[in-house]
Amino acid sequence: MAHTLAPQLAHGFADPVHDGQAVFRAAMEALSRPGRIRPLDTALTPPAPLTPELAAVALALIDADTPVWLDAPLRAEPAVAGFLRFHTGAPIVASPGQAAFALIADPARCPAFTDFAQGTPAYPDASATLILAVETLSDATGLAFVGPGIRGTVCLDAGPLPADWASRWAANHSGFPLGVDCLLVAPGRLAGLPRSARPVTPEAIPCT
Amino acid sequence: MYVAVKGGEAAIDNAHRLLAEIRRGDLAVPDLTVAQIREQMRLLVDRVMTEGSLYDPDLAALALKQARGDVVEAVFLVRAYRTTLPRFGATEALDTGAMTLARRISATFKDLPGGQVLGPTFDYTHRLVDFALADGAVPEPAAEAEPEADAAACPRVTDLLGQAGLLEPSPPDDGAPVGDLTREPVDYPADRAVRLQGLARGDEGFILALGYSTQRGYGRTHPFVGEIRVGTVELDFTPEELGFPVSLGTVDMTECQMINQFHGHGAVPPQFTRGYGLVFGQGERKAMAMALVDRSLRAAELGEAVVVPAQDQEFVLAHCDSLQATGFVEHMKLPHYVDFQAELELVRRLRAEHAARTAEPDEPTLREAAE
Amino acid sequence: MNSQVQIQVTPSPGTGYNFAYLDEGTKRMIRRAILKAIAIPGYQVPFAAREMPMPYGWGTGGVQVTAAILGASDVLKVIDQGADDTTNAVSIRRFFTATAGVATTTRTAEATVIQTRHRIPEAPLAEGQVLVYQVPIPEPLRFLEPRETETRQLHALAEYGLMHVKLYEDIARHGHIATTYAYPVEVAGRYVMDPSPTPKFDNPKMDDCPALQLFGAGREKRIYAIPPYTRVRSLDFEDHPFRVQSFDRPCALCGAGDVYLDEVVLDDAGGRMFVCSDTDHCETRRADGHTGEAA
Repeated sequence: MAHTLAPQLAHGFADPVHDGQAVFRAAMEALSRPGRIRPLDTALTPPAPLTPELAAVALALIDADTPVWLDAPLRAEPAVAGFLRFHTGAPIVASPGQAAFALIADPARCPAFTDFAQGTPAYPDASATLILAVETLSDATGLAFVGPGIRGTVCLDAGPLPADWASRWAANHSGFPLGVDCLLVAPGRLAGLPRSARPVTPEAIPCT
Repeated sequence: MYVAVKGGEAAIDNAHRLLAEIRRGDLAVPDLTVAQIREQMRLLVDRVMTEGSLYDPDLAALALKQARGDVVEAVFLVRAYRTTLPRFGATEALDTGAMTLARRISATFKDLPGGQVLGPTFDYTHRLVDFALADGAVPEPAAEAEPEADAAACPRVTDLLGQAGLLEPSPPDDGAPVGDLTREPVDYPADRAVRLQGLARGDEGFILALGYSTQRGYGRTHPFVGEIRVGTVELDFTPEELGFPVSLGTVDMTECQMINQFHGHGAVPPQFTRGYGLVFGQGERKAMAMALVDRSLRAAELGEAVVVPAQDQEFVLAHCDSLQATGFVEHMKLPHYVDFQAELELVRRLRAEHAARTAEPDEPTLREAAE
Repeated sequence: MNSQVQIQVTPSPGTGYNFAYLDEGTKRMIRRAILKAIAIPGYQVPFAAREMPMPYGWGTGGVQVTAAILGASDVLKVIDQGADDTTNAVSIRRFFTATAGVATTTRTAEATVIQTRHRIPEAPLAEGQVLVYQVPIPEPLRFLEPRETETRQLHALAEYGLMHVKLYEDIARHGHIATTYAYPVEVAGRYVMDPSPTPKFDNPKMDDCPALQLFGAGREKRIYAIPPYTRVRSLDFEDHPFRVQSFDRPCALCGAGDVYLDEVVLDDAGGRMFVCSDTDHCETRRADGHTGEAA
């Protein structure tokens, strides 16, 4: 309702149709080619600690049909929920297990992947997508992956990440076709890691 | 040189111009108006609204005009238009008990509160072609009944039976969101609300044949028409910002409640069960067939074996939609020469091998060698 | 309903409909299904397919996928039976020209999005391209088990014995696997998938393909995907390995010998000629100076 519109509320996409499409295509490319870092341009200026890239992916993918979970730093700033509710209409849920999407501003403290919906054997798609705002993204080092979308091997490093990142991914992949999918967003860039990406020992296979 | 003959843009444009001309027919004959279709082809309009899932008599009439009277094509136009409409929400449940009745009959009781109202019906007409209609005969005005008492005087027959516990109660409203197969893909087993939505949208001919099959022994349900009522119902909607229902107007509806014999099972005593049909406008055939199939599809819930097509919800719901059926049947018109070529190649090879085998029966290794 | 969320509409010039026809909410729903399909290669994601202004069975699934991914800078190619000028390909291309105003092409190499029915182009696809398949029956097990409730369980359990039995029965009866199109494949070692009714000639092109492959089934309300560089294996047996069709003559127009051919009936006396099914491939070769016997 127009009268509840706070004057300081940050804007959504300037062009919802084409901005939304561009962000989706970046996410689609990122999940299609795991580990490959892609540009993600956005002019959004959402309330901190929601980063412009987190906001862009959220606005492109979530709406009233997708329950969203916010991590502690995002929950702590009411303007974040206000921004998301206004621009997407998404219900914000208290428990990670109820969420279709999780927005994570503090990835080092990301809850266990198993706290999120994993899908079921009949409906593995009924699983969460995690969007993690990292500060750095690099394909020169880090965990090595093989799998669909990867020609040979790909390395992906990001920071900060949980200390158990490698074992988490191994466990997440080993449950395939169940599991969660991740989009890692950094300033101006993103990379995807779907559950199909299998971590391998980097010494065994050099990154290609 | 050989040039492949294929359809291009010009061919499509020309075909559509020809269609438009043929649709109009002889220009010496006056153009049919939407109002004429709406008023004089009302049952057709009602059917298009029901299967098109959109209550808009003028739109349905226009669709029929554009579709040259092809019902499925008209339903298609209405559905494709409906998809583009914004959705404001869901109305309150209709109170058909408060319907302003044009017609109301029960086959289970000779007389009942409110009485039987024959209303406008083909029943008991002798199907003799009325040649006077060809000359535009104007009917004499119908007799006027005394204004009916309030709706409470015409309770639904199922409510009367329910009071004595002879009829299973309607399940209470649990407040859970009602499914919508236009917004979510059907997940089997589908609940009754989604099944009813599918049946209401389903092709009348298909639902009729399925209902008929239950009467002929393919899943007999021993049905009786508890009541058919045709009339006008108020449509209420509760806007979020108001918090209380406001009337949006009225819609014409036909409701059929079938009551069916049931022997009980486990803790459930013998009682009558319900089959339900509801359609826009006047559509008794569809409402009755729908009620038969609805009851039949409740087999699993009532502990009956699922053995016939009308009890099999996946069979019924996956095949009752005329648009899905016609689209897939008619898509066979599209070119399939790539696939046909693949089959030709196989059949030629199999025939060659067959010929070789027949010619030289003593060489069983030939088949392997030929691969 | 949240009245704060406005209906976002950028009308395409002259149509009154949103860019690429679908409303933004529908696009988001389809986009989410596409992302899950990519994450679970070969698995059929249910989605709430809309009623489109063209009939079910005529490409509504492919059209919805294309509409959901298409951007203003995309270059679209639409083929049916390998050809850009078949009536339904023309009709779908016009739909997107009218509703999205995107550039279109018949050149495989120039396209960023290719919507197809029944063929994979002969020219190798590249990174940055998306191939969108129109799918009539997405369930590879459907003709062995008609019930969705059953086939869903079979996929959940990766129980594909039925399919192998069917293929083996073919061999016992005919000496061959008698499936010539819509030949089942196993994707990334897990899900058995229907490649849509492409001839099995095209199956090897799906394997390790640099382009993203998306599959849309509108009537059956399913979307599935093969990410780039994914192992796609046509089901077979050690003693009966998978083989593609071969033709005993080259294209009569361009002389290509390693392509799928259309058979053209020339007269009622058994006259036949064979020409490329992929019209762009044939034209490109002829422009490059290749000729066949009838050219």
